Amino acid sequence: MGGAASQLPKEMVSEYQMIFFFLSGFFLRAHKRFSELQDRDSLSSRVPMEKILTMPELKSNPFRRRICHVFSTSEPNDGSLTFEDFLDLLSAFSDSATLEIKSHYAFRIFDFDDDGTLDAGDLEKLVNCLTGDTDETRLNPEEMRQLIKNILEESDIDKDGTVNLSEFQHVISRSPDFVSSFKIVL
Amino acid sequence: VKNERNPKAKERDTKRKLEIHKTTEQKTENKKRKRSHSKQRGKRNIDDEDKGGEQISKQKKNRKNKKTKKLLTEEAEGEGYITKQKKKRRPQVDEENANATKQMTPEGPPKKKKRAKVSESEDSSSEKESSEEEEWKVTALTPEELEKLKEAVDEKKKLITILRGKPWPMLKKLQTLKESHDFLEKFEGALGKGKAKKLYAYKVMMLKRWMKFQRDFENFKTACIPWEMKIKDIESHFGSSVASYFIFLRWMYGINMILFGLTFGLVMVPEALMGKPYGSMPRKTVPRAEQASAMDFAVLWDFGGYAKYSVLFYGYYNSQRAIGWLKFRMPLSYFLVGVGTVAYSYMVVIRTMARNANEQGGGDDTNFNFSWKMFTSWDYLIGNPETADNKFASITTSFKEAIVEEQESRKDDNIHLTRFFRVLANFLVLCCLAGSGYLIYFVVRRSQKFALEGLENYGWWERNEVNMVMSLLGMFCPMLFDVISNLENYHPRIALQWQLGRIFALFLGNLYTFIIALMDEINLKRKEEETVKLNMTVWMANLHNGTLAENSTAPPITADPADVPRGPCWETMVGQEFVRLIISDTMTTYITLLIGDFLRAVMVRFFNYCWCWDLEYGFPSYSEFDVSGNVLGLIFNQGMIWMGAFYAPCLPALNVLRLHVSMYLQCWAVMCCNVPQERVFKASGSNNFYMAMLLVILFLSTLPAIYTIVSIPPSFDCGPFSGKNRMFDVIQETLEMDFPAWFGKVFSYASNPGLVLPFLLLMVLAIYYLQSTSKTYKKANAELKKKLQAQNEENKKKNKRAALKASDPEEARNSASEQQWHQINNNASKKEMDTWGCKN
Repeated sequence: MGGAASQLPKEMVSEYQMIFFFLSGFFLRAHKRFSELQDRDSLSSRVPMEKILTMPELKSNPFRRRICHVFSTSEPNDGSLTFEDFLDLLSAFSDSATLEIKSHYAFRIFDFDDDGTLDAGDLEKLVNCLTGDTDETRLNPEEMRQLIKNILEESDIDKDGTVNLSEFQHVISRSPDFVSSFKIVL
Repeated sequence: VKNERNPKAKERDTKRKLEIHKTTEQKTENKKRKRSHSKQRGKRNIDDEDKGGEQISKQKKNRKNKKTKKLLTEEAEGEGYITKQKKKRRPQVDEENANATKQMTPEGPPKKKKRAKVSESEDSSSEKESSEEEEWKVTALTPEELEKLKEAVDEKKKLITILRGKPWPMLKKLQTLKESHDFLEKFEGALGKGKAKKLYAYKVMMLKRWMKFQRDFENFKTACIPWEMKIKDIESHFGSSVASYFIFLRWMYGINMILFGLTFGLVMVPEALMGKPYGSMPRKTVPRAEQASAMDFAVLWDFGGYAKYSVLFYGYYNSQRAIGWLKFRMPLSYFLVGVGTVAYSYMVVIRTMARNANEQGGGDDTNFNFSWKMFTSWDYLIGNPETADNKFASITTSFKEAIVEEQESRKDDNIHLTRFFRVLANFLVLCCLAGSGYLIYFVVRRSQKFALEGLENYGWWERNEVNMVMSLLGMFCPMLFDVISNLENYHPRIALQWQLGRIFALFLGNLYTFIIALMDEINLKRKEEETVKLNMTVWMANLHNGTLAENSTAPPITADPADVPRGPCWETMVGQEFVRLIISDTMTTYITLLIGDFLRAVMVRFFNYCWCWDLEYGFPSYSEFDVSGNVLGLIFNQGMIWMGAFYAPCLPALNVLRLHVSMYLQCWAVMCCNVPQERVFKASGSNNFYMAMLLVILFLSTLPAIYTIVSIPPSFDCGPFSGKNRMFDVIQETLEMDFPAWFGKVFSYASNPGLVLPFLLLMVLAIYYLQSTSKTYKKANAELKKKLQAQNEENKKKNKRAALKASDPEEARNSASEQQWHQINNNASKKEMDTWGCKN
């Protein structure tokens, strides 16, 4: 890869097609976008998170940092993405990804402290992400407490104070519009 | 001999393996708590198979290597390069294969660390095994092993196909894929012997080709979906609700394409090619009086003149039973196409509704109000900061509202005032509706008066009054409703529903007033027809007399078809009215789009530099894309098409054109001059709402069409059914003339009320039966859900107990296995529930 833009070997494409639900033209497009983000000078195939976040598709997403962290495979998890990670991201957010895949990644995105469950702290951060950064839209502590209590009442089936993956997937699978809105189009 | 030896070998085999497994299992059991027993068993089998494969490979490696290579060169082009690394990696690869199949079990992904540990232990065990296996060898490939191998190969294949549905990182997928390919290439050759092997290789090759073809075909199919990129573009800017309008538009376009194909291919083209040419009959000729102005643009724009006497309208068609060398049954085809369009539309709408209802999760009434708001309210498609800001605001308000509603602490102190305002608002809306209805009725009556006096004496306005009034009402009344609904102080979602309902009522009222007025006109025309018929006989007699007086030897009477007096042909009149309505509706839509959106955007954009207040955020600002209004417009337009298509076969074609243009125009307008909505609401819930409206409109619009077809006799001198008493007589005629006598008899028996009534009764019974069964399914569903909850409670208690006794490892393991059993039960009941849900 590196400086050579939009040169994706053919056999790579056919292999990718076995793994992802995309069409062959898509890989070339994705590769083009990705190599635009890449730094010409540095030889590493990783694109740092800050670069990824400038993409218009992610720019206004409140979970953009989390998304990078979840899909990054770098050793110290700094959110940088390789092309493969990038494809992973796109495939999870594509039309054809199943509810199972989508809910799995959604759970990991919402799991801010990466401990495998959504506890009150995660939920609070999640609410803050959803309500925006400005103070006027923020919920006050009382409302926040009430909201988190309600959420746990609804979806915490085993009453351990946290929402785990299977509970999360149960809730999500009943939702009418999760699949249609958990999408990113390049 | 072989068969006798086999069971023994097999026994030894399985015994040994079970022993080995016991040791490994003990190691890993705690880690694999989540996996169910049955699945473990299945997995064990798979592992066994793999090991069987290993053994075989080790024995046959040397002998087979050459053969397999040959095979490989035959069958694989793409994956060939992988095999080069094979020799070095072999032992590793085999172990990894075992791991891969292990992880393949279709359950939720265990956590990474655990998985890693599991595979580690597995590695060590298999190493141990392989060392033991060296001493214990079977010399030949037994059928069971072959069977196992085959299963393993099939498993691998399955793994490859389901690989895409796994939430693994890409590197792992790639690795697994490569390993599976390696495995397949190595062992597929081992299956079968001699000729069978070649056949097998051939089959594999063909399968690969077929897969590739399927993939390419899939690519092609997706590439064929029109406007996909455009819609995705809009989706990423404006969120899914605006995109849902365009998807709806595309769907409508598809339906209209098919309607157009039907009418064009089976009605218009045959008549134009095989029917009598223009000018051969009175009904196919412009009358003498109109000939002078028949080619004027104003007349053609009004669909008069040459346009009126063409295949575009009902009146042009001849009642000749069979036309051309194909003996094409024109009147029958006309009738069947008319019925077919309606039937097809019903089918498509109902099928789509059913599919949508299915997607919405099969009658599950659990409501995760807060959780959904939390986990699914963000629309990841939003790529526009402004939309994102709106979304933040709307999510916050929805949270706050939900909290307030939950607290139930809100006390409406002046509830009476609110109620008064709501009643007042509804009264005002009713007044509006009645007023608009009366206005339309008045205008239509007036236009009839104009028509009787002759349109030539009047200007443009008088001629287009009806359409203009209807379009203007459709434009301004919704705004009025919007103002009125401010009085009511409803929740925005409820307010939107009221608004939609009111606009729906307005359109419907207008349409029906229009139809009633048209009916009046039809009756007038039919009276006129009677007098024309009388005149006709007089004229005929005159003609006869004249010709007889002049030349008694020429019996055939020849008069220029343009001079023959003719009836008013109410069918063509109806068709014309609808076509005009569609045209003016389209024009108003486009013009409002250009003025209301484009000009406004341009003004705001450029006057903003020299204005005293901020235009962009102040008063005029940019317009929003009005999803619900546009969808309603589309639905009503379609309703008019359904209503008028029987009398004007050109309507579907016009509509296709209109939809095509509006697709591009609206896409452009949205992208260049609209801002995202302030109250962003979800699309998926409203989809079926739109569909339901479409169904209502379809029903209401076919009603008058069917009424006219069934109860009004067709005109005597125009259209494919002229000379018949009723339009549907054409069916009976065909039955009598084209089918053998027994068929007609059977048909007449079948349409006997004695048979039809029991049949209807049977259908009602069937509906009743299906409904009651679905009710019982629902009950069973609820019952199972209760069970599930009870089990969960029990589990919770057990967990607590287990936590208390956590110090004792023996106890802990017991409870763990118990939990496993519960998990199985839960899974089973869940599956059951799902199947029930599907049935519902």
